[in-house]
Formats: sequence, C-alpha cells, structure tokens
Amino acid sequence: MSTWFSQTFPNVVYQGWGGDTGWGTAIFQTLFMTFWSAVFGGLLGLIFGIGLVVTGPRGITPNKTIFWILDKIVSVFRAVPFIILLAFIAPFTKALVGTQIGINAALVPLSLGVFPFYARQIQVALSEVDSGIVEAAQAVGASFSQIVFGVYIKEGRSEIIRVSTVTLISLIGLTAMAGAIGAGGLGNMAVAYGYNRFANDTTLVATILVLIMVLIVQVTGDWLAKKYNHK
Amino acid sequence: MTAPIISLKNIDVTFTPKGKTIHAVQDVSIDVEKGDIYGIVGYSGAGKSTLVRTVNLLQEPTTGSVTINGETIFKKEARTAAQKITGHELKEKRRKIGMIFQHFNLLNERTVEDNVLFALENSKEKEAVKKEKVAKLLELVDLSDRAKQYPSQLSGGQKQRVAIARALANDPEILISDEATSALDPKTTRQILALLKKLNDEYNLTVLLITHEMDAVKEIADKVAVMQNGRVLEKGSTLDIFTNPQAELTKEFIATATNQDQAIATITASDTIKNLPEGQVFAQLTYSGNSTNEPLITSLYQHFGIVANILYGNVEVLQGTEVGSLLVILSGEQDNFEDALDFLAARSVSVNILKGEQA
Repeated sequence: MSTWFSQTFPNVVYQGWGGDTGWGTAIFQTLFMTFWSAVFGGLLGLIFGIGLVVTGPRGITPNKTIFWILDKIVSVFRAVPFIILLAFIAPFTKALVGTQIGINAALVPLSLGVFPFYARQIQVALSEVDSGIVEAAQAVGASFSQIVFGVYIKEGRSEIIRVSTVTLISLIGLTAMAGAIGAGGLGNMAVAYGYNRFANDTTLVATILVLIMVLIVQVTGDWLAKKYNHK
Repeated sequence: MTAPIISLKNIDVTFTPKGKTIHAVQDVSIDVEKGDIYGIVGYSGAGKSTLVRTVNLLQEPTTGSVTINGETIFKKEARTAAQKITGHELKEKRRKIGMIFQHFNLLNERTVEDNVLFALENSKEKEAVKKEKVAKLLELVDLSDRAKQYPSQLSGGQKQRVAIARALANDPEILISDEATSALDPKTTRQILALLKKLNDEYNLTVLLITHEMDAVKEIADKVAVMQNGRVLEKGSTLDIFTNPQAELTKEFIATATNQDQAIATITASDTIKNLPEGQVFAQLTYSGNSTNEPLITSLYQHFGIVANILYGNVEVLQGTEVGSLLVILSGEQDNFEDALDFLAARSVSVNILKGEQA
C-alpha cells in the first residue's frame, strides 16, 4: 500500500508532513486562517447585519443615515475582488499587525473580505424573522437587546446557522488565495508546489483535502440548522 | 363616572409611502370605559388595526392624543412637536396593555412556557415566582399539559391561548385583540371569545376587540364602533347598534352576522314571494326587549283580522336583551293595515315592507 502510494503520488510524499512545506503545516494554516477570520469577520458581519436590519426601513429603530452608511460600506467591500483587496489594504494590514506578509497578515484581508458577504447573509436571514413576532415582543415591552438577541437571533438561529455554513465554505475558498501573500495553506500547496511544479498529484491531494473540509462544514451545518428549527 | 381607561382623541394616522399620501385613520375619537368589551368592526383596510396600534404606540399617530388611565402618553397637534413619554416609560406602559394577534405571533423557537416567560423577562420577581406565574397562566388557558411543547405542535386555537397567556403575564388592565379569531374555525372562535369574556368578567379586564366579523362583536361586546375608510361611521352600545343601525355599512354587517340577508334573499327568490297575490305583503318585523314577550301575531289577528304567515324567525340575545326578527306574509282587510302598523310601531316593532303594496 505505502509503496503503491509513494509510486502513484511521489510529489505528495516528497512534501512530507511537517516543516514549512509539509502537509500538516498546510492543513494547520488553512484551519488557522479559516477559524480566526471566521471569528473576526463573523463578528464584524454579525454587527453590520444586525445594524442593517434594526436601522432599516422596517426595523425596530429605523435610521436612514446609519442604514445608508452601513449599506454603502458593505456594498463597496463586497464589490472589490478578494485578490485585489489583499494587495490594496496591505498598508492597513501592516499598520494593524506589523507585517503585510505571512499568516497573521492574511487574517486582516480575509476578515475584511468575508464580513460584507456575511453581513448581507445575516441581513437576509434576520429579515425573514416574522415582523409580527417582533411586534408581539414590542407589545410586551421587550427592550432593544431582548428583541435583538431574544427574538431576531433566537428566531433566526436556524437560518443564521445555514448562512454561516455557506459563508464558512466560501471562506475556506478565500484562504486558498492567501498564499499570494505568503500565508501558506492548502491553496498555496495546490498552486505553488502542485501546479507550478507540474506535480499534479500534489494538486489533486490538496484539492481532496479542501473538499473534505468543505464537506465536514456542510454536513455539520445542515445538522445544526435542522436541530435548531422548530418552525 | 370615572375617566375612561383608554381615550383616543382626534387620531389621524397618515402614511406616505413613495410620496403617496394614505390616510389610514382620520379624526377618530374613542373612549373605552374600564371593564368594557369594546368592538371595532370594519372590513380589511378600514384602519382598525392601525387605530388600535396607537393605544400602545406600536403606531404613533400623525396627530391626536392617546390617554391611558388618565395619563396622556402621546399628544401631537398639527405643526407642533409631539409630546410623549420616554422609551422606558412606554415599555412599562406596554406591559400593562396585553395584545393578541391574528397570526398568534408566538416565538417559534421557544416552548409554550418560555413564550409566556418571555413577557416576564423584565419582571423583578425571582425565577421561582415567575415559573409559578407561568404555570398559573397556562392553567387559566387550559394548556398546562402543553408547557414543554413548541408552538408548531399546537393547533390554531391552542396557539391563540398561549398568546393570551403571554399577553396576560404582566397583569394588564387592557387586552387588545387584533383580529385574534379571524384565522380560527367557528368553534374555536367561540372558545376564544368565551375565554375573553371570562377574563372580562373575572378580572374586569378591558378588551378592545378588533374584528371584521360582527358575529364576534354580537357574542361578547358591550359597545361597538364601525369603521370605514379610516373613519368611525357610528358607535354606541351593541344593543343600540344592532337594533337601530344608521350607516349602510352597519346594516350590512348586521345582516351578515344574523344571517338575515341570506334568509331574505332565499325567501325573496322563492315562488311564494314571486307569485305574491294582490293585497298581501311580505315584511320583516324587528323587535327587541319587552315586545318579545307579547303575543304579537295573535294580537294582529284578534284586533285587526290580519293573518301573519311566518316564513323565517330568529332571536338573538345581546347583552341580556332579546332581539327578534320575523319574515312574514301579512294578509287581511286592506282598511285594517294602517291601524295594525300603528299598533306595531307603538310596541317598538319596526316594520320593513319588502314586497307588496299596502296603505
């Protein structure tokens, strides 16, 4: 088996497990980038998404100015292609984390790249919460935070999980591009060590590993979304 | 008489979606006394829901004033700034005004007991006290065995009962029922109305009953206002409105509620009426209160020799007063007809001649 593997996938074996160019390192880098940019970008997206819903025309505290500002920020960031965003915000990245290359530097554009996408998804998910339920909460004298957390987030929970799954999957996709600024990861493995060196077996294995990650996220997300849906 | 518990004065609500002006409510003033069940009737789009939303300021009036229990919570006159209570005071006030809705509006992701508990989140009571209160409320609406279930597992009537329990959680003095029975079948509707009546009787709860079904009003309301195009056409005690409706729309609503329009239509189309012989009259006799105790038909024959052939009869009991309606064919001596009509009028029986000519 191992002989067959080393003969069929010689370049995969050559990369090794540990070290700067190893598979273990690449997997860790992808997971690291996905996790932390999901945390930062997710929080930012959640705040913007909630902001858009509550200040929107049908929200609980309609405010045209704040809505307009949030809406435009989200639109502009969404419009910039990620690979350009990587380069464009490099000075900002450097100011924030002290460097513009490497895995920590990648977290900045990844978070900024994913948050507008997530904000829109959250906006849609929360808009689907029945306005009658929100009105009923207002009628019992619920406070702003009770309506946001107790009604919007709780009632929209299943839908939030569903859009988070979609976002996380697209984030795994974005991390593949972070190799361009030296952040490593499976995407970098597939391109730098696979494609550029005509090592098709490396590209194939890197792709399969990414697919497995996506699959795990998808299945878990679907399961959770179903579990938390009592409609 | 004490001050009304709800006093709406000159309420105007105007919406301007995309520059178009819609007058949802126009110059409406309504006083509701404590302990009343006050019906507001009208077709969809009449402005009833918008109007009642001004009571707890889910909808701020464009102009007008809202006074609850003697405290003016909102007041605005044209071209002046609105005077209103603070957001915090408003939340306190809303807790004393329960509200139930056509589509129940329960929190789908919370169990029945947690739905009721949600209304108590701002209460300063201890958890155990709140739990006990929830259990009591669920017992009141007869849903104790459903406490751990989710709304999706309940029927429409059960959902509305949960909503009632939630609305009552903060011991409100007022309950607004916004088309609460409109999505329910007739049997369930009666159960919910009976529950509202019970709450009114036992806790002196003031109920504001918004509906498009005169039936619901007839069943439990003491007073009623009829709305059309954002205006109140007429208002008064249910008995007065039912026995002596002024506006065309009110007559229409009442006819539908008592099935009279259908009876009249069916009978008018029948061969008996189509071939009504010369000298006979097809008429509707409406009477209420004491006149129901008199042997009218017998009297007509004994005194005037007029025979009444009863085709349809109906008796309703409104606020303890009987209101009757008969569809009859009258025949007899021409000369006696006028006297007979006077006799009926003297006994507050109103006669509406539907076909045939007499005197």
